[in-house]
Amino acid sequence: MSAILKISDLRVAVEGKPILKGVNLEIRQGEIHALMGPNGCGKSTLAYVVAGHPKYEITGGAIELDGVNVLELDPCQRARLGIFLAFQYPVTIPGVKVSDFLRHAVSNVRNPDRKEGEGLIPMKDFRKELKDRMSEIDIDSEFARRYLNDGFSGGEKKRMEILQLSLLRPRFAILDETDSGLDSDAVRAVSEGINKLHGPHMGVLIITHHERLLEFNKPSFTHVMLAGKIVETGDASLAHDLHANGYAAVRERHPAEAAEEQAVTVKA
Amino acid sequence: MDDYQFGFHDPTDKYVFKSRRGLDREIVYQISELKKEPKWMRDFRISSLETFFQKPMPSWGGAVEEIDFQNIFYYMKAAANLEKSWEDVPEDIRKTYDRLGIPEAEKKYLAGVKAQYESEVIYGSLQEDLAKQGVLFTDTDSALRDHPDLFREYFGKIIPPNDNKFAALNSAVWSGGSFIYVPPGVKIEFPLQAYFRINSENMGQFERTLIIVDEGASAHYVEGCTAPTYSSESLHSAVVEIVVKRGGRFRYTTIQNWSNNVYNLVTKRAMAYGDSLMEWVDGNLGSKLTMKYPSIYLMEPGARGETLSIAFANHGQHQDAGAKMVHCAPNTSSRVVSKSISKGGGRASYRGLVKVEKGATNCKSNVVCDALILDSKSRSDTYPYIEAEDDQISLEHEASVSKIGEEQLFYLMSRGMTEAEASAMIVTGFIEPLVKELPMEYAVEMNRLIELQMEGSVG
Ligand SMILES: Nc1ncnc2c1ncn2[C@@H]1O[C@H](COP(=O)(O)OP(=O)(O)OP(=O)(O)O)[C@@H](O)[C@H]1O
Ligand SMILES: [Mg+2]
Repeated sequence: MSAILKISDLRVAVEGKPILKGVNLEIRQGEIHALMGPNGCGKSTLAYVVAGHPKYEITGGAIELDGVNVLELDPCQRARLGIFLAFQYPVTIPGVKVSDFLRHAVSNVRNPDRKEGEGLIPMKDFRKELKDRMSEIDIDSEFARRYLNDGFSGGEKKRMEILQLSLLRPRFAILDETDSGLDSDAVRAVSEGINKLHGPHMGVLIITHHERLLEFNKPSFTHVMLAGKIVETGDASLAHDLHANGYAAVRERHPAEAAEEQAVTVKA
Repeated sequence: MDDYQFGFHDPTDKYVFKSRRGLDREIVYQISELKKEPKWMRDFRISSLETFFQKPMPSWGGAVEEIDFQNIFYYMKAAANLEKSWEDVPEDIRKTYDRLGIPEAEKKYLAGVKAQYESEVIYGSLQEDLAKQGVLFTDTDSALRDHPDLFREYFGKIIPPNDNKFAALNSAVWSGGSFIYVPPGVKIEFPLQAYFRINSENMGQFERTLIIVDEGASAHYVEGCTAPTYSSESLHSAVVEIVVKRGGRFRYTTIQNWSNNVYNLVTKRAMAYGDSLMEWVDGNLGSKLTMKYPSIYLMEPGARGETLSIAFANHGQHQDAGAKMVHCAPNTSSRVVSKSISKGGGRASYRGLVKVEKGATNCKSNVVCDALILDSKSRSDTYPYIEAEDDQISLEHEASVSKIGEEQLFYLMSRGMTEAEASAMIVTGFIEPLVKELPMEYAVEMNRLIELQMEGSVG
């Protein structure tokens, strides 16, 4: 039976300012969804809130994974439940080796009851798995010894996110602009990576401004966000259309949200 | 802290000798008498005691005025002899070192070991081939007896008793410590290790270490320290004197992990001669108050000095640590890298001095201090001092203070790390540039100690 990630009427504020104003979204394992929308409309906010970033205030609504109230869990518990966010801006952790970090992450996510200090997955198996995954997405194995994202180029950071995705094999993955800042070979590598990973067991939400990623990973649903609300949902052709023609038509069809969007921009 | 893993202690009723509490001439005589020392040493002790009484307490650093010198036991001897085999060490004491993992480490990767328990070294070993090459690695008391000329040439010359109040105290009541002599050109590959253990409450441990690395020789010495957790204080006040002669290399690594009732007030100084390299690697965890500023006097051209220090100040602890580099000759260079972490209301201070004497042209010094503060209760300060009497020099100082980042924590937690695990990982990464300088076994130990400090601490 496939699990559902269900977001209902989600309202979120940051530093007192409302950002998400009633988001509804349901993703089943195995489905690909695309989320598009102009800069600043709240896409990353949604992604962060699902992953559990503490800086957001939930002012209403719910997030459930198969009936489990996700909002009650800390980010670590969410990860262990099978939620993964590929960051738009991955964070640098100086002094922490990629391989150590990944071994801890994999041990925790695959063994959700693991306590701090308890055994990690065996080094030998892990090394092999890591090597295989790295070669699949064209990351030099030398990166395993580097410090996490320290001095990585933009594209290298994004690949590192996909490497994590492939090792952690979540039930639900949100990819926040994983394709931006990548050269075309990298977009292909990442797309193929996602394509391979995606299957009946992973639901994916792809946040993007580009079309390439969606060409490789055709979404069953495309959502358009405007001023903190999902205002339209269509199929893959909607993504194509937005790409070709921009958001003017969407704004025309949703004057109320377009007006709010304006207000925010003027205030800022 | 209840998570301090070396907080256990042994009974003391079988001790061979235990001085009464307090400090006066009689106690000092008694120590000297028991050790059957030559007159010059007894006189040295007595005059040092006078100096100790005369010198004022340092007015900077930590709250040393809380130390009650008359409540301390200045000398305790737990075992009758210094043994060459662990089997001959009294069982209680041997078990303690087993728990600390020393005999096992010795088998695996050490060139020699000294184990000091209370005031005396109770076990000593040195690889045979090193002994054959003329390497001396013994306790300081034996060195005074067995190598009197070599001993007297250097003892108290690098750190005279009147250097500071605690050096004077050590000079009056010193006992135990390591004595090392590495003959010219001899290179010791594996570390020599000493382990200092305080067992009794209100104990004062005053080991005295003297190390001479002769021309072109090289060695690495490592010391570890622990003590039981008691409700009232103990005092550890060591003096470490080092000479590295022309072309020699020496590294002194400390991984101190005192329980948080120990005052740790240590004077460490090295003199580095032409083209030599002296390095202090100093890991300070635990203790109630640590005041320690390992110094290097760069005596001749080409001498290099390096100090890498890590301080972790947890709840109820003050780490006042740093480094002192004195450039006495031209073309000398020094580098200090200091990393401190404060947590749970702990306080970490970096206190450092770079001094350039007149005529010491063309010197280079580079100091980098990074502090990481884990919560709003904790504190970090930096006190860098520079005294330069020559201006053809290059001095750099950088300092940074950072709080543990919310974004870093979130990133790691979103990959399944608990909050404690994520903070530990960030801290481990923060000190990694120093830890990777340690031999593998010590690096593992250091990371484990940091993890223990981080455990159960958040939330
Ligand atoms: N800490 C904050 N304080 C104030 N406003 C914030 C804060 N964090 C985010 N915002 C605002 O929330 C809004 C939504 O930001 P978000 O990052 O979710 O946009 P996005 O849709 O991902 O945009 P982009 O396409 O540029 O990545 C923006 O207007 C942003 O400025
Ligand atoms: Mg965004």
